[in-house]
Amino acid sequence: MSPYLTVAGAVLAGGFLFLAAMVAGRLFAPKAPTTAKLKTYECGVDPVGQGWAQTNVRYFLFAFLYLIFAVDAVFLFPWATVIRSADLGMASLAEMGIFIGVLLVGLAHAARRGLLRWI
Amino acid sequence: MTVQLPMPRVGPITGDAPRPIKVVLNWGRRYSLWVFNFGLACCAIEFIAASMARHDFIRLGVIPFAPSPRQADLMVVSGTVTDKMAPVIRRLYDQMPEPKYVISFGACANSGGPYWDSYCVTKGADQLFPVDVYVPGCPPRPEALLQGIVHLQEKIASESLSNKAIRAKYAGSRHAAAGEVTRALVSKPQSPDVDVPGRDTAGVPS
Repeated sequence: MSPYLTVAGAVLAGGFLFLAAMVAGRLFAPKAPTTAKLKTYECGVDPVGQGWAQTNVRYFLFAFLYLIFAVDAVFLFPWATVIRSADLGMASLAEMGIFIGVLLVGLAHAARRGLLRWI
Repeated sequence: MTVQLPMPRVGPITGDAPRPIKVVLNWGRRYSLWVFNFGLACCAIEFIAASMARHDFIRLGVIPFAPSPRQADLMVVSGTVTDKMAPVIRRLYDQMPEPKYVISFGACANSGGPYWDSYCVTKGADQLFPVDVYVPGCPPRPEALLQGIVHLQEKIASESLSNKAIRAKYAGSRHAAAGEVTRALVSKPQSPDVDVPGRDTAGVPS
């Protein structure tokens, strides 16, 4: 059997299960929508203001430091698994050097703006 | 703002099913009560004890992990309901899907309990929405809650969902808002000698 047939079978079965669950819900579940039930939030308190909210632009500094100290780890950990390999080792070393260099420029910028000072 | 609401209805199979099917549906309903704990005071501790290993109401099919009122079947009001909290409880009750059940757990949720004459305590959760089972006690022991749950399950087993009943339940109240159970601030008494209607002042030294 062609592997595509297997995939098509899985897709069809998935669609059937989805439809069966939705139709069963329609057939069995009581429905009594009220104004209060159709409210978006579930905290019990009436929503205030609009859906759009503004965040102070100065919070970008936290995003900036998070990028420097946390997000780079996502790339550093997988790098540790290939650094000893013969074909990728030297190339990845150079590439990660560039990457960390860019991050260090950012860190220097943060330090120059006094972001690393304990307040 | 007016919202167009469809008429309340039970599902076609639920409404028109023959009696044996209804028994099976009720059987499924009574043993999968996802519970939404409204822990407001010390009774909530007893509720938590009832959910833990020693008393363990999960063996009765009561599942205490409903992450939101929209996924809950049963609300247990355990603790003192204050007038400030009342609209919040009402709103969350309104957001639970049908069919929904309420257990009022403890003297405060039943009637105001020892705080019945406080200016800020609601005189029972049944002032806000219909209550199915009252569990007395101050606080009740976890066994009392288990008894209340068994009692509720008997009630669910004997009920029959129908379009007529669910429409009667919601007649005239589909646009009701939780704001109806809010009240204004209580004004300060004029003087200490003011006569409070309903309060027995005989024998109180003045």
